[in-house]
Amino acid sequence: MSMTISPHREDASQRGWQYRLHIDAPLLFILIAVSILGLIVLYSAGGGDIELVERQLIRLGIAYTCMLVVAQFPPRLLLRLTPWLFVTGILFLLAVLIGGEISGGAQRWLNLYVVRFQPSEMMKLAVPMMVAWYLADTRLPPNRWQLLASVTLIAVPMLMIAKQPDLGTALLIASSGIFVVFLAGLQWRLLAFFSALVAAAAPLIWHFMHDYQRQRVITLLNPESDPLGSGYHIIQSKIAIGSGGLFGKGWMNGTQSQLNFLPERSTDFIFAVLGEEFGFFGILLLFALYTIIVIRGIMISIQAQDTYTRLLAGSLAMTFCVYFIVNTGMVTGLLPVVGLPLPMISYGGTSIVTLMAGFGILMSIQTHRKLLAT
Amino acid sequence: MLGRIHLKDHLFESRLITNRAILLLVIGGLLLSVLLVRLLYLQVVSHEHYTTLSEDNRVNLQPLPPNRGLIFDRNGILLAENLPSYRLEITPEQVDNMAATLSALEDIIEIRDIDRSRFEKLLARKPRFEAVPLRFHLNDEEVARFSVNRHRFPGVDITAGLARHYPLGPLAVHALGYVGRIDEKALKVLDSSNYRGTSHVGKNGIEKTYEELLHGKVGLQQVETTAQGRIIRVLSRTPPVSGSNLYLTIDSHVQQAAEAAFGDFSGSAIAIDPNNGDILAFVSLPTYDPNPFVNGIDYDDYAALRNNDREPLFNRALRGQYPPGSTVKPFMGLAGLETGISSEHSKTYCPGFYMLPGKDRKYRDWKRTGHGTVDLNSAITQSCDVYFYDLAQSLGIDRIHDYLQHFGFGKATGIDIQGELSGLLPSKEWKRSRRNQPWFPGETIITGIGQGFFLVTPVQLAAATAALANGGQMLQPQIIHAEQEAESDELQPHHPQVLETITIGEQQHWDHVIESMIDVVHSARGTARSIGKDSPYMIAGKTGTAQVFGLKEEEKYDASAIAEKLRDHALFIAFAPVDDPKIAVAVIVENGGGGGSVAAPIARIIMDAYLGRSTP
Repeated sequence: MSMTISPHREDASQRGWQYRLHIDAPLLFILIAVSILGLIVLYSAGGGDIELVERQLIRLGIAYTCMLVVAQFPPRLLLRLTPWLFVTGILFLLAVLIGGEISGGAQRWLNLYVVRFQPSEMMKLAVPMMVAWYLADTRLPPNRWQLLASVTLIAVPMLMIAKQPDLGTALLIASSGIFVVFLAGLQWRLLAFFSALVAAAAPLIWHFMHDYQRQRVITLLNPESDPLGSGYHIIQSKIAIGSGGLFGKGWMNGTQSQLNFLPERSTDFIFAVLGEEFGFFGILLLFALYTIIVIRGIMISIQAQDTYTRLLAGSLAMTFCVYFIVNTGMVTGLLPVVGLPLPMISYGGTSIVTLMAGFGILMSIQTHRKLLAT
Repeated sequence: MLGRIHLKDHLFESRLITNRAILLLVIGGLLLSVLLVRLLYLQVVSHEHYTTLSEDNRVNLQPLPPNRGLIFDRNGILLAENLPSYRLEITPEQVDNMAATLSALEDIIEIRDIDRSRFEKLLARKPRFEAVPLRFHLNDEEVARFSVNRHRFPGVDITAGLARHYPLGPLAVHALGYVGRIDEKALKVLDSSNYRGTSHVGKNGIEKTYEELLHGKVGLQQVETTAQGRIIRVLSRTPPVSGSNLYLTIDSHVQQAAEAAFGDFSGSAIAIDPNNGDILAFVSLPTYDPNPFVNGIDYDDYAALRNNDREPLFNRALRGQYPPGSTVKPFMGLAGLETGISSEHSKTYCPGFYMLPGKDRKYRDWKRTGHGTVDLNSAITQSCDVYFYDLAQSLGIDRIHDYLQHFGFGKATGIDIQGELSGLLPSKEWKRSRRNQPWFPGETIITGIGQGFFLVTPVQLAAATAALANGGQMLQPQIIHAEQEAESDELQPHHPQVLETITIGEQQHWDHVIESMIDVVHSARGTARSIGKDSPYMIAGKTGTAQVFGLKEEEKYDASAIAEKLRDHALFIAFAPVDDPKIAVAVIVENGGGGGSVAAPIARIIMDAYLGRSTP
């Protein structure tokens, strides 16, 4: 790859509609495919409730619109907005901790009178943007002080969100920040040092966990210990997936899903419905689509033209990867139940809007590149 | 590295990030492989094991809802029952053409839009082999019509269930309340396991307060189902426990007479047994039929009730707050005597108005020519205002407040029906803390005749009257006479509860006030003499008139000239028989005009209905 830094002044229209509309067609088509699969599974998970599907469709409409709007923002503008977004997010998080609305036992909502929204959602994008913004200005790889600064940028919002308490989102935010640092070339010995530090802090984390969070870890290790309480979810979802076999029981025919044995089957545990009704091959299809999304994101990162967009795109793609692996790991009983939805498939949540905004950033990075003469 | 200029090496950074990104992709691939191995283990290796487990899951628990307890009046007359109710159900899998079936059904059975939309919602949600209800509460004619045409509708069935029904319709609805379908709001409050299978819950009145007792305990049956959920056989059964029956203190005969006595007037009447606090009649008019509420009232019908100017949905007995007017005079008189401010013989000259020393404002007596020289007896009998203006002025507001509060004014009685308001017994302290204003002397004057800030609810006024009748026992007004557990013959009575025993300074004071109240009804100059003439028993009473809007000093009240809505409220309190009180009554007739002419006859009808029955 040999490049001379002499950008052609060329009309974007000559590069086709994708660039004019700032849409990345491969990504868009795969996303639509996943959404359609999701709606099909959701219809069955909701017991054939068409209204549920309609409401989800409206939500998807909003999310896709949001993605297309974000894709219009040139990365330079995103770069300039980054620190403001981050600081605003931190202030909102503070406001939530001080006076947020409690909904479902957790304090996540901020009532802005016009909209109720979760600042933690905003931080899912603001944290990787901020770390990328910071590191893009330094000489890579980061030295230990730059590393410390990055860790602070990650840890502060993460701890604030974990305190709400919203462990799933805190985990996603932490990994999105860590991915930026890792992509920036974090040296292996520093990585080893920090891993050791986290391992040493594990008992401390256990100490600060809520009872229900501890229970989930205990349940993971031995689900049969509490078959009607918190172990019930995992036992039933394993039965659903396992009894699905290679080909599944057929759409709308899952006995676990249709006869109400499977809890939260439209939301966090929808993956078990897919596993029961469409079997291993159904799951393979979803995983293939997910993998293509991640690979496309990494390609966008590699093709990006400056450090900020490279770091950001790579982090967004890998965070999506973590997102679906954590949910599926939780439903199959490999990971504790942390309350993360299956991206693009689970019913509801403001998280879908954030997720799609993230894909909007990827599209923006891909379609605002300048043509380089080779 | 150290010697190099601090410059970003773009090519180096680009390669670094690319390498790292590919590395992450590989790690992600590895994690995905772990997941796939896990899925292969679950879905291929352990497939049989989990299939067996999922087959075992076909044993299902089904709730068996309990029968709701019945409600009777004190004499065992049924007020709320569970009637067999026929509903029309359609099993979708047995119907070839749903649209055609529905339109054909429409010809023989009325299907409202609300039924249709509910049906369609359920249809989308339930499995095809499960029957979906289309219409509730078919009447006999509809059942007959459908039965004749039964052969034309495969998959359509009539099933019988139980539905709450109020046989006496609008009678005492403000006490009884009604049940309605459980909505999402109620679902949050209820014990969800005990309400599995229950469709209705008390929304109002007794039905709501005693929900727990009336509901009973859910039963369970274990059934084996096919993979689709169709029941094959019942494995075990825990029967439900029906709710307890309730016997109200209300006497429906008295209640009926009272509601009829009001004619077209709005208002409220409460009758209490002064010996135990039992509420014999609980009237709030206009009333309404609770039966349409049971299965969801039509929006239009509900709007008509809600927008009705006379507010039938408003529980006047508990939430109506009225100025007591002159009905407060016996209590005021007693306050004067017991505090030693006045005596039976203290006299006041009534020229037809009262003036505070050094002030210009005239406080008018209802009788413009005045009552002349009056003592307490004649002031109560003829309802002289000036006497009580003067008495109130001598007592001062705080002494009035301190004495009257013993009779329960200004605080909720704590009756077993939700939503009771507390009325208002004003004091200097109240005005300072609630209104942040000082108390003016003129406000004391009008408090003496039950006007101004003073407000009472009908229940409060009746409870206070009962305390006057029984010699100072403030009893908790009771609405439940007894409970009866399911499948038990035994009645568990509710016992009277004394809220406060009012200290009697001198029995003679009480006797004097009660004698004056007898004169209100039975003397030639009494304001309620019209009901005393032919009474077979002795009644002690007091009339009252509460102003709805204020008249200017010199204005003359002319009932015919002002709109009905602004006409005075007519009040009457009474108890009888005087030597052995069995019933105490408070009657408020909204915009009725005069207490003696309108409210007292209603009270007489109520007392006749009760006493004529219990002492034949």
